[in-house]
This record gives sequence, C-alpha cells and structure tokens, in this order.
Amino acid sequence: MSFAAGERVRVRAMFPLGHVRTPFYARGKSGIVERVVGRFDNPEQLAYGRSGDKKTLYRVRFEQSDIFPETPSAHDTIDIEIFEHWLEKA
Amino acid sequence: MSATHDHPHADPHAHHPEHHVPSTYYEKLTTALMELLVEKKLFKAEDVQGAIERMEERRPERGARMVAKAWVDPAFKQRMLEDGSAAMRELGMEPGDMLLTVMENTPQVHNVIVCTLCSCYPRMLMGPPPAWYKSRPYRARVVREPRAVLAEFGLQLPEGVTIRVHDSSADLRYLVLPMRPTGTERWSEERLAALVTRDSMVGVAVARMP
Amino acid sequence: MSFKLPHDLGGEPAGPVDTSEHANAFWEQRVDAIRELTRKIELNGEPLIRVDEMRREIEGLGAKAYEELGYYEKWVRAMTSLLLEKGVISTEELGKKLAEVEAREAGT
Repeated sequence: MSFAAGERVRVRAMFPLGHVRTPFYARGKSGIVERVVGRFDNPEQLAYGRSGDKKTLYRVRFEQSDIFPETPSAHDTIDIEIFEHWLEKA
Repeated sequence: MSATHDHPHADPHAHHPEHHVPSTYYEKLTTALMELLVEKKLFKAEDVQGAIERMEERRPERGARMVAKAWVDPAFKQRMLEDGSAAMRELGMEPGDMLLTVMENTPQVHNVIVCTLCSCYPRMLMGPPPAWYKSRPYRARVVREPRAVLAEFGLQLPEGVTIRVHDSSADLRYLVLPMRPTGTERWSEERLAALVTRDSMVGVAVARMP
Repeated sequence: MSFKLPHDLGGEPAGPVDTSEHANAFWEQRVDAIRELTRKIELNGEPLIRVDEMRREIEGLGAKAYEELGYYEKWVRAMTSLLLEKGVISTEELGKKLAEVEAREAGT
C-alpha cells in the first residue's frame, strides 16, 4: 500500500518479537503523512544479516496529545519515520 | 598500555585511566577485540587511530558553520532545507551515507531532535552525541513532555509556539536550524557561527544572544 | 496484547535529564572507531557488521543488562557477539587474547 503526503494513516498495532524501528508509543496511533522519504533497505531484514528488500519510508506527523493524552502539550507534534508495512489507511 | 593522559579530547575523569585503576572487563575486551581484528588483517592499528582522529574532526562547529551560512545566504539556506547532505558537501564536508535533514525554527515553530530507540544523531557532521542525548530521561520524556524537558535545559517557550519533536527512527538524521538572534544584522559568518551552539542545533536551546 | 523491548523508551517514566557534559574516555573512542571500521569492511560482499545488527544485539541484552551497562560497553559486547556469530573470531582466540591483555596490564 502506498500513501501520499497529507494522507491520514494509522500505525499497525503489531508487537512482533525481533528488531523493528517503529516506536512502541506510536503503535495503533494515527497521524498525517508529512513526506514520502524514499525507498530504503528494510531494517527488519538487515538486522538479521540479510540484504534488505526496499521499502518505502514515510515521515508521519502525530499530534502529541493523541499519543500522550495525559500530558497534552496544546498543538505540539511528534514526527516519526515509519516504513510502509507498518502503515494502514486511517 | 593505552595513554589516556596524552589524548587531548578524552576526559581523564570520565572513566578509569588505566594507570590508576585496573581496567574493566569491557575495556580489556575492547583491547582484545581490536588486537584480534588487527592480527586477522581486517584493519591496521593505525586505522583505529585514523578513525578516532576523523571522529574528532566532526565537531558541532561544523554544524555552526552551516547555520551561519544559512543565516546570511538565503539561496544556500533553501538548498540546505532541501538537501542537508548536499549542503554539507558544498561546504567541503563529507556526509558519507548520512541523509541530513534540516528543520527550520521560526517564531511559530520550534524543532527538537531525539532518537527514542537508540542514539541516532548527525554524527558525520557533529561527532558523537552528548551523554544526555543517549540517556533514558531524555529519550523517554522529550516525546511525552517536551516543554518540561526543555525547561530542564533552561528553555521556556511561549505556549503559542508549536513544538515539533522529531524521532530519528529510521534513515534520516536531523539538524535544527535555529533562529538568527536579533541585533546581529551586519555580522560576518564567522562571528555568527560563534553564537550557534550544539544544543541549539539539537533544539534544546536557542542560539546565543549577542 | 503487547510486547516491548527495553530500548524502546519513548514515553516511559524517567527522572530529570542530567545535562552535564561527559567526554568519552579513550577506550570508548576506540570502540567507536572499531564500529566505524567494521561497518565499512566487507566480508563476502557483505558489511562485516551492519548498524542494524548492532542494534538487534543491544536490544536483545535483556532489561537488566540494557539498564546497567554503559553505552560503549553495550557496543563492544554487541560487536564481539556478532563477530563470534559470524565466525570472524572464536571464543578460544578471544579467551587467550583477553588473558594476554590481562597479563600485560598486570606487568607480568
């Protein structure tokens, strides 16, 4: 699945054992694609000594208050780089 | 054996200098690993020294040079915002495979950089990250309560300013372009660069006031 | 259902930030240098050690070791484990070399 800048996406709430680069705090949260970064080797394969398949990397912008509602910081945001296979349409 | 005392940038108090206190298991492991790899001809002993010297050349002053140039040269600033690594090369600095991404502070937006998963940092530009950047409190809290964390660095931002935290979770490395202080209108790049601190380029501070 | 490794710190409870400066010790600079060299050297067309492999090793240390070990202690431990796994060094060689380093430091 591919996404465009400005599109609303949700981070899949997945909890695999193993090396991933999707922060726990973002799982299941939704935000807006800030930019499409490009195609990069999948770190989940590189970590196990394999040359990674290319995956599209996105920067997703989250409202700080959507992720940490207990400490809302008005209009502050958190931008995270997230690979395509962790994202779904929101 | 290794001479901690004759090394200009190493802090003699940071860890046990080997001639005072017996070295730890992990210090010995480092020596053993290095010597084994040299014996196996994977690299030479002088390559290790060379890598240390290259690392010491990567200092926050290099980031400050880029920022000062961006302050006086709007066309360079535009190129730097589009491609930070290309802007580094333009100034004769080698980014390697680092994709430097520059985030510009404005009166409305303040950017701050973290790596919650490890310690990703624009090392090819500025060298190794400071200890606090790698620490649990910074990594844990700057995403959850950025204003409280910035206050611990002495930075109080007005409620109206939006804070954008950037979590370096994958392939990009970030540099904050701080705002140019007022009262520096006719300053040279060299003079301006002295106002640009490492912390202002990570976003836990603003540039020094003149 | 969830699962979280000890390195994944965003949002976790933590105390105040210690903003004081600590320069790296010489042995720590060496660890950094070895890491830099091992990611550039190729073995059978593959990088000797990928940064992603380093991260995997460090994340797999368990919560106790992750909290207790210093930053460069984790790095040298991860590099050593990976080089053992890849067969670049053996435990026997490493054991002998460590004993040699120990003896040299003791001045014997």
